[in-house]
Amino acid sequence: MDTNHDLITVFGGIFALLAVASLIGAGLKWRLSPATAHPVIDNLNTRIKAWWAMILLIGAAIWAGKGGVIALFAFISFQSLREFISLTHTRLGDHRALLWVFFVFLPLQYTLIAIDWYGLFAILIPVYGFLLLPISSSLGADTTRFLERAAKVQWGLMICVYCLSHVPALLTLDIPGYAGRNALLVVFLVLTVQSSDVFQYVWGKLLGRHRLSPAISPSKTVEGLVGGVLSSTAVGAALWWITPFTPLQAGLIALVVNIMGFFGGFVLSAIKRDRGVKDWGAMIEGHGGMLDRVDSISFSAPIFFHIVRYWWV
Amino acid sequence: MSVDRLIAASLCGFAKLLTGVRALWLGSEPLARTRVYFANHRSHGDFVLIWASLPPALRQRTRPVAGADYWLTSPLRRFLINRVFRGVTIDRRPERHGPNPVEQMGAALQAGDSLILFPEGTRNLGEGLLPFKSGLYHLACAHPEAELVPVWIENLGRVMPKGSVIPVPLLCTLTFGPPLSPLQGENRADFLARARDALLALAPPPD
Repeated sequence: MDTNHDLITVFGGIFALLAVASLIGAGLKWRLSPATAHPVIDNLNTRIKAWWAMILLIGAAIWAGKGGVIALFAFISFQSLREFISLTHTRLGDHRALLWVFFVFLPLQYTLIAIDWYGLFAILIPVYGFLLLPISSSLGADTTRFLERAAKVQWGLMICVYCLSHVPALLTLDIPGYAGRNALLVVFLVLTVQSSDVFQYVWGKLLGRHRLSPAISPSKTVEGLVGGVLSSTAVGAALWWITPFTPLQAGLIALVVNIMGFFGGFVLSAIKRDRGVKDWGAMIEGHGGMLDRVDSISFSAPIFFHIVRYWWV
Repeated sequence: MSVDRLIAASLCGFAKLLTGVRALWLGSEPLARTRVYFANHRSHGDFVLIWASLPPALRQRTRPVAGADYWLTSPLRRFLINRVFRGVTIDRRPERHGPNPVEQMGAALQAGDSLILFPEGTRNLGEGLLPFKSGLYHLACAHPEAELVPVWIENLGRVMPKGSVIPVPLLCTLTFGPPLSPLQGENRADFLARARDALLALAPPPD
């Protein structure tokens, strides 16, 4: 039960899989369109390249310890929130509230994880942010669509900061018989949810026939959803040995977080469609913006955190 | 590299870092032609952002048109606009005695430089666009060889609205649209309305 040994095993496995994926991608490119551009294969290859970068970044953060994981997710929150608010309609009167969001609530939320103050961590944004931000906006003396603007600022803060901050918060849980191994919970969550996104993409491309909801997400199919969620639930169950769960528990928890993760992507797609855009940004090549990559984590992290906290702490 | 150029390069880098600016060329390409980039105006940083998102070779031949009443009032501003940005500073007062602004801008075009112009004439603190001043029309008539390229600047007005000291780190997008020029026999009002519509067409849909 050596944590470092387990981390090396898991990351070694991921790197091996990425190497296989890169080989398949290069092989497809070589077989099907060596000279000309092929949108699907080229996008697949840029996505795989971006995965290398993202996995290396997560690996480095975990290797750096609790501070590294907190810093990484604080940065992810910052970038997601930028993308969210950039596409959201706010007015001059909200400027001060936005300053509070970016420069007070975001850093404070992650500081509370660092100093392990769970009581305030759990209510800072849903209670204090919820009450103080509209006060700040109201001082801007602009009543045009006031409720809508206040709701959007709060919503962005919840999705991009509050929900995502539950990933590094996993490091603060005291689980009997699991001391010093919490980083593996982060790996379990991120790997399960992200593999679900990958499997949905793969199953959708291979077998996808029935559109799930063309109005919201033209690329999502029933086959992709079922195949993706089941495959990554199997991944979760197979990872039981890095968690405090039994294989059956790991599978059930993986199923719950995958379903939440799917709806995270679905809900945020609805917002994107309403705003008339395909991606939240252009930061990660082949994937779109940061928020396109972490929407599923945002919706699953708090649920995963509370399942572990309620039954295992 | 001279100090002026170094300052210019670092200001561009800072503007890009702060705003994560993305330039979308929809209907025009970043080519070395004589052009008048005309854009919506919300913030003093507007022209810096357009300037920063042009390729360096084009940037060196592109000069912002700026109000003398703001930019020539302190030594620092004077240094920035004259030396760093090589701006064309014009006197916006109707009772001016100095040179004619359209002739000043025309001289820059004649020398082979491109211009960045804000035809609203002042910063717009509301939504959409103010009516255009006539300078764009007179410039276009006097210099039919220059391409007029509309540029919509999205979000910079929210990053640093008038009167605020701390910027909000939002992402900005610049959309460069297809070039236009006055049609045969088109009068001033019609041309300005068409130019304004061409710029508004690049704006994201209203919420």
